[in-house]
Amino acid sequence: MGVKLLLEKANVPGIRSFEVYRREGGYRSVEKALKEMNPESIVEEVKKSGLRGRGGAGFPTGMKWSFIAKPEGVPRHLVCNADESEPGTFKDRYLMEFLPHLLLEGLIVSSFALGSSDTYIYIRGEYAWIPDILEEAIEEAKAAGFLGKNILGTGFDCNIHVQRGAGAYICGEETALIESLEGKRGNPRIKPPFPAIQGLWMRPTVVNNVETLAAIVPIINMGGDEYAKIGVGRSTGTKLISACGNINKPGVYEIDMTISVEEFIYSDEYCGGMKGGKQLKACIPGGSSVPILPANLLLKTAKGETRYMNYESLSDGGFATGSMLGSGGFIVLDEDQCIVKNTLTLARFYRHESCGQCSPCREGTGWMEKILYKIEHGKGSISDIDLLWDIQRKIEGNTICPLGDAAAWPVAAAIRHFRDEFEWHVNNPELSQTSNFGLQHYADPIHVPA
Amino acid sequence: MSEQTLFKVTIDNITVEVPAGTTILQAARKIGGEVAPPAMCFYSKLKGSGGKCRTCLVEVAKGSEKDPRPMPKLVASCRTTVMDGMEVKNITSEKVVEARAGVVEFLLLNHPLDCPICDQAGECHLQDLSFEHGKSGTRYEFQRRTFKKHDLGKNIQLHMTRCILCYRCVFTADQLTNKREHGILDRGDHAEIATHIEKSLDNEFIGNVIDVCPVGALTDKTFRFKNRVWFLKPMDAHRDCPTCSGRVTLWNRGDEVFRVTARKDEWGEIEDTPDGQPGWICNTCRFDKKETADWVIEGPREINRHSVIAQGHYSGKIGTTKPNETFTAVNDGRTPQLLMDIHDESEVNQPSIHLSQNKGASHGDTFNNNKA
Repeated sequence: MGVKLLLEKANVPGIRSFEVYRREGGYRSVEKALKEMNPESIVEEVKKSGLRGRGGAGFPTGMKWSFIAKPEGVPRHLVCNADESEPGTFKDRYLMEFLPHLLLEGLIVSSFALGSSDTYIYIRGEYAWIPDILEEAIEEAKAAGFLGKNILGTGFDCNIHVQRGAGAYICGEETALIESLEGKRGNPRIKPPFPAIQGLWMRPTVVNNVETLAAIVPIINMGGDEYAKIGVGRSTGTKLISACGNINKPGVYEIDMTISVEEFIYSDEYCGGMKGGKQLKACIPGGSSVPILPANLLLKTAKGETRYMNYESLSDGGFATGSMLGSGGFIVLDEDQCIVKNTLTLARFYRHESCGQCSPCREGTGWMEKILYKIEHGKGSISDIDLLWDIQRKIEGNTICPLGDAAAWPVAAAIRHFRDEFEWHVNNPELSQTSNFGLQHYADPIHVPA
Repeated sequence: MSEQTLFKVTIDNITVEVPAGTTILQAARKIGGEVAPPAMCFYSKLKGSGGKCRTCLVEVAKGSEKDPRPMPKLVASCRTTVMDGMEVKNITSEKVVEARAGVVEFLLLNHPLDCPICDQAGECHLQDLSFEHGKSGTRYEFQRRTFKKHDLGKNIQLHMTRCILCYRCVFTADQLTNKREHGILDRGDHAEIATHIEKSLDNEFIGNVIDVCPVGALTDKTFRFKNRVWFLKPMDAHRDCPTCSGRVTLWNRGDEVFRVTARKDEWGEIEDTPDGQPGWICNTCRFDKKETADWVIEGPREINRHSVIAQGHYSGKIGTTKPNETFTAVNDGRTPQLLMDIHDESEVNQPSIHLSQNKGASHGDTFNNNKA
């Protein structure tokens, strides 16, 4: 059994209510932080913990907090990014739905550390029922004196506001989220200035993922040093993984980042093996935008070492032979899945979600989708594959926000690792409509760049 | 800050000193020529513009004197401010040239390329951009995105199919006028400039959106299909206008004023008035004052001699220089003034008339009067 810090109490009956949550030891961190610590020491603890942002990029949270500008007389804001829209990722939904008070607790402590008296939860529009849960929890916490004016008699005021999004993936990008929160069109801003200097209403702002903020609670309770002992290397603490695809037990799992990918997929404690005893073909280990990995590169790195479920191990080998932990949306594909179709689905998603602000992303995502559609439906040619490669290369890194990269990476990785399958689609236009390429890929030697 | 700090920045091996806070693009424009990156969406007179089209991407090889690390990605030069000792590579960087070619391809992907029937042809930034940085063919084989044409009020037509979503008109409408009625609908590749819903734009300064549009998406309905810009003679003129500065460029053919625009500098942006304000013009000046009598003519407008507008006529007046080789040598010692004059035998175009000796522009009446 791995260590559980966030989901430990998830199965306690009635944990959604303040009463039960408090009885189970909830809100201790608020008392500790507000009464025994000051904002600087909290930031220091978070730095010590080595906590990395759980939204996808994995940026050290403590460092992000220390960047926030503190001009005199200007209010600061903390914004909780609950716009979890990455296909394959549903860990934040689970947290908010079953443990709303854990998020609030983390939010209160973090707001105190950052000096934010008006804290916002920006929640995805499709999570229609969750704002009610959160708002109810906020009312309960307010009634118990953990929110509102003069919390626990310490003189710290904090209000948490829940704002629903309108169903745009792009609003998960922090500056687009801020724009949307301000009531504008959710277009990413051009950086610099970064939100830490000019964010919400041009005030210093920190935007953190739901899971990151929830992880603040155990860090305060057990201390940053203790927290850092869990996990391995720079991947400290626990991480929620939302596993889905062709596995026996899809769901949200909390792991301590020391287990191997093989164990995660095949052990009964986690995914419980492949559904129907089929063979593993490929996996997208961190949400739809990270590079897809074929089975042989997923379980072992290019150097032949075991691959573990943590930031460093999953990105071992760079994009040539590795991937990313990303947001923890673990999508498993078995031998019956078609990589071309899978890539088309992802490309369609990114085309649909591009905000249309900058030209490479606006035009490039649509172009990639059209070419993939052609190949998938048996009308492609070999030159289309090269063209696709060239388009993704021209998008990547040339856009305002990471959506361009997120659209380019899955296409690049699919061609990089499954070019034979693309070629098979082109060369067998009729056969590819009725059958699958299957696992022929394993015959290929793995290309290891020098 | 009484004294401005000057930063040294090197762009394509040319060093220039600019005040702190200047963007790379503005610094490069100070050097001028090919060093200045092209800009489709950036407009120095509009707050918040830029960063969207990605044509002005440059490579920062050295961040600054203090922090010499290069920037990991190409940066939008229009929105990145210079640091002291920064080294920027524009046309000397292969990465930039390649990325820019990619951006041009993306911009042209859904563009109809209907230049032969487009009023913007000849003064279109996208035309220049694709000529300078694009390829001759396209790799796109799918149907292009199209939209219906919309009339935004009685004087402006929006042809979304040509739009490259630079957002300049949105910023103009936002910043010059009081009412916000003009923005972007939808997202991604079906995003469109729109007024909600099909409202007309009837603001006193709304005509300026035509001037800021880099392509032919917003056109002047009083000028649509009337003439090609390179057949017109641009003249600086002014009038005493109660609402705006009244400083304009008239586009004449003979005595006829075909259109009125604000005065644009070499980067295609509106020129400042002598008091340092951007010289936006009002709708009355732009759409209603179409008589020479309405204006005090100052003289011919300087047009960059590389521009197609300056080609082949009104020699020596609009900044054009005569070519070194003459027709005299190749035409049996005849001295034609213009290309049109060479049809001696057929008497096409009345070769006895020397167009460049005309006081005004050449016009149908010139020939008729002469005949009579």
